[in-house]
Amino acid sequence: MGRAGGEEVMVSPEPRAVKKMEWLRACPPYAQGTPLREGDIREKRVTFVEDHPDIRYSWAAGQAISKFLNGLKEGKIYGVKCNKCERIMVPPRMFCELCYKPIDEWVELKDTGTVLTFSISYVGPDAERLPEPAIPAVIEIDGASPGMGILHVLGEVKPEDVYIGMRVKAVWKDEKEREGAITDIKYWKPLEVRK
Amino acid sequence: MVAVVGVGFSGFSATTPEVSWKELMYEAAVRAYEDAGINPRRDVDSFVTCAEDFYEGFAIFDEFVPDQLGAVLKPTCTICADFLYGLAMAYMQIKSGLADIVVVEAHSKASDIKTFGNVIKLAMDPIWLRPIGSAHPYYLAGLEMRLYMHRRGISEEDIARVVVKNKRNALLNPSAPYAAKLTIEDALNSPKVFDPLKRAEIAERADGCVVFVLASDEIARKLTDSPVWLRGVGWWSETSGYDTASFSALYAYKAAKMAYKMAGIADPAKEVDFAEVDDRFAFKELQHIEALQLVRGSDIRALISEGYFERDGGKPVNVSGGSLGCGNLLECTGGQKALEVVLQLRKEAGKRQIDDCEVGVAQAWRYLPTNSGAVAVFGV
Amino acid sequence: MGCEAMEVEGISGLEFQKKQNVAIVGAGMTLWRRRLLETGRELSYLAVKQALEEAGLTLDSVEAVVMGSAPDAFDGVHMKGDYLLDGAGGSDRPYIRVFVGGGTGVFAPIAGYWHVASGLFDVVLVVCEEKMSSVHPHAQTAFRYIWDPILERPLRPNLTWIFAMEMRRYMEVNKVKHEDIALVAVKNKRNALDHPCAQLAERITVEDVLNSEPIALPVRRLDISPPSDGAAALVMVAEHLARRLTDEPVWVTGVGWSLDTTWWTNRDLYFPRYVAEAAKMAYKMAHITDPRKQIDVVEPYDPFDYKELHHLEGLGLARKGEAPILTREGVTERDGDLPVCPSGGLLGVGNPIAAAMGVKACEIYWQLAYRAGKRQVKKEVTTGLCQAWGDLMQIGTVMIMSNKRP
Repeated sequence: MGRAGGEEVMVSPEPRAVKKMEWLRACPPYAQGTPLREGDIREKRVTFVEDHPDIRYSWAAGQAISKFLNGLKEGKIYGVKCNKCERIMVPPRMFCELCYKPIDEWVELKDTGTVLTFSISYVGPDAERLPEPAIPAVIEIDGASPGMGILHVLGEVKPEDVYIGMRVKAVWKDEKEREGAITDIKYWKPLEVRK
Repeated sequence: MVAVVGVGFSGFSATTPEVSWKELMYEAAVRAYEDAGINPRRDVDSFVTCAEDFYEGFAIFDEFVPDQLGAVLKPTCTICADFLYGLAMAYMQIKSGLADIVVVEAHSKASDIKTFGNVIKLAMDPIWLRPIGSAHPYYLAGLEMRLYMHRRGISEEDIARVVVKNKRNALLNPSAPYAAKLTIEDALNSPKVFDPLKRAEIAERADGCVVFVLASDEIARKLTDSPVWLRGVGWWSETSGYDTASFSALYAYKAAKMAYKMAGIADPAKEVDFAEVDDRFAFKELQHIEALQLVRGSDIRALISEGYFERDGGKPVNVSGGSLGCGNLLECTGGQKALEVVLQLRKEAGKRQIDDCEVGVAQAWRYLPTNSGAVAVFGV
Repeated sequence: MGCEAMEVEGISGLEFQKKQNVAIVGAGMTLWRRRLLETGRELSYLAVKQALEEAGLTLDSVEAVVMGSAPDAFDGVHMKGDYLLDGAGGSDRPYIRVFVGGGTGVFAPIAGYWHVASGLFDVVLVVCEEKMSSVHPHAQTAFRYIWDPILERPLRPNLTWIFAMEMRRYMEVNKVKHEDIALVAVKNKRNALDHPCAQLAERITVEDVLNSEPIALPVRRLDISPPSDGAAALVMVAEHLARRLTDEPVWVTGVGWSLDTTWWTNRDLYFPRYVAEAAKMAYKMAHITDPRKQIDVVEPYDPFDYKELHHLEGLGLARKGEAPILTREGVTERDGDLPVCPSGGLLGVGNPIAAAMGVKACEIYWQLAYRAGKRQVKKEVTTGLCQAWGDLMQIGTVMIMSNKRP
């Protein structure tokens, strides 16, 4: 039988018999590593090298997302439809990933929706504490198939008043401030207040 | 045995601003599935994609792959390596019975990267290499080139011949964005940007995607009358340290040794008909030809000036135009090489077609600053 | 030093490889802490050394190495697979890095499995390493880049958002209270007191969890596992070698993995269907028809306490909504009928993303080899399962092992 390595495997002989009894007791038998505290780095008690790489990208949005972003600039939310599975999907894509075929048409959706899930977040992207909590949510967009949500944030609502199933509406930036970005929608606010 | 039953690609172009990487992958994948005659949602057992986070600009790139390949809720994974490594993984998956049909994908959206030099620099050891000087890391290739020229007695002209050959070969390749008709003088006069490395000897970046469909021999025979067999794969890493590397493409030599053994090839110089090797720096082509044992015992200088590696020569190398002609496709480089080998073996290479070829080798390096690479041997 | 003439035996026409069974014969891990002095290469080396010691092998016998390591952004090194290889025993041999986000801890051994099962190699080393402390200001910073750059990043999300939203969905659909979920954190942190590598082992109560600092509600500080530095390693060998090396090889009987769509906002997050698909693949391979009865011990991925429950249901070990009840009734304790996370899991020992293999695959191996010391579960064990998860709620990776001869 040919093997990539081609060499005979060397099995260490005698010492194994002795070691075996020790190993059988508890694994891992020891844990190596030298813990540090944050202060050790801050106060330079350990040697370290610092680097601040400057790495930048500019992703081509592609056909589907470009059209979506242009729609946002106009104050509209677009979705796409696959005629085979009849799903209306958002965010839009050039192909249906389940049927694996190109999508058939673009559909204008409403700018209202339902909260599918949400969180009250006290941390920002670098784990820094936020003075006011952010309320991210997955919002099912009216006009799209059930469960078709997008990620966004809620506003003009108190954290304790948010609930799954809440009806919300997009609050847009002024037309001249819109740039064709997801942030052209500032946030989503409740359509009605729960009694 | 494992066979290639379908190939598809999109590109290659200097930039692809009208499509996102997802759409680029979709295009290549659809063509590969059409070629193989399969429906990915139903027929494919496993998907292997090849990507490095920093080439894409994301942490955890495998998040963004399933939809465009038809892989949703199917076994899909990402390896941080070149396309040829992906072929090796697929080969092992089929051989271990985990899958009958495996899709391998790699792409380059290098045009999305604005600071390519800094990305390469980020791959350098942060403690020992990165802090030294502030030059673009291509100087590492310049260092190795000087050593190679010195050890093997290679002249600037020999290397210029590689540039001229590959760029001219690319003129017959409709997918090669960097084809050109150069003379030796043109190549020699190209400015030495990293002495002795000249600008013309460095492959420019390009975008593109290659998708292969592999199958076990039972399935392959059902899908196609003319499978191309993946007879052997090999991959190898020397070391990551610049102080202990061989600077003689030892990774390619050992990876090839493994692949040839698998393929049952005892004398590559005789049994391998043509090769597509990594020429993202022109001198590397010569280094890799030697490492792949394609010219055992002969003087490579004499061979290249005689035109031995031309399309109509005794051992055509980089008939596609290589990376110098098709562009530096990052982790898809091995994909471009493998694609050409398969097209040639299928007699689908159009004007570039080599006559009478039955065994071809594709080889790729993992680029600066590594000493790792992979090799794949194909045959009909 | 050019290339010498190569010697290749003339073996044309010979069938190169044949399928073979795969056993695990050794495992190792380093200490896990929020920040360690050792470099990534040194951590890999320490874990590999321990694994080879247990296996009774030297590095010369290793024919190929598989490395699992998560975002390069943590270490600040691009192509970090290559950077780490010297410490991981990858020099001068076939070496490859696989990366499927958090699922890597169980996916790397799966890749190691097919290296051996395919017949290409007889001895493979699987190494997982993570150094989350290199990136500043916080490990979370590296997670900024997992989001879609156009549709999600501009909203300035934090990684905990997706978990928080998934947890809320899970609680809402299954009508589960936070108190029941907190029991998992209590159990795992207590289990971890018996793990020598543990970073966060302690005795806490449900009240401690519910009163801990809110991160992204409903997630609170004690619901989450910490970022950690650490490494783990496994030695996998072919059947014919396993018996020569040890009397207690642990066989890999099933593997499975599945990746769900990138569009996580289009899915109902209350149930991890990708884990179910991965488990289905593994159960089929291992001939398991009744997981609840046939699996004796399980290490599901528990970066958050609710995730253990979420994954137990995904694995089919509990019906939807039933996992919290099993926890409340003590079924998942070490002396219970279905011990879950006897190691202390990620919540108790630490979460060095890919190196989590140490408390998932390595732990199941040690349990089945009866080498888990104080962590050894009370009942007799034959079959164990480890599972990892990753990406934007996308990948499930599952491995099933058994100590019965295949």
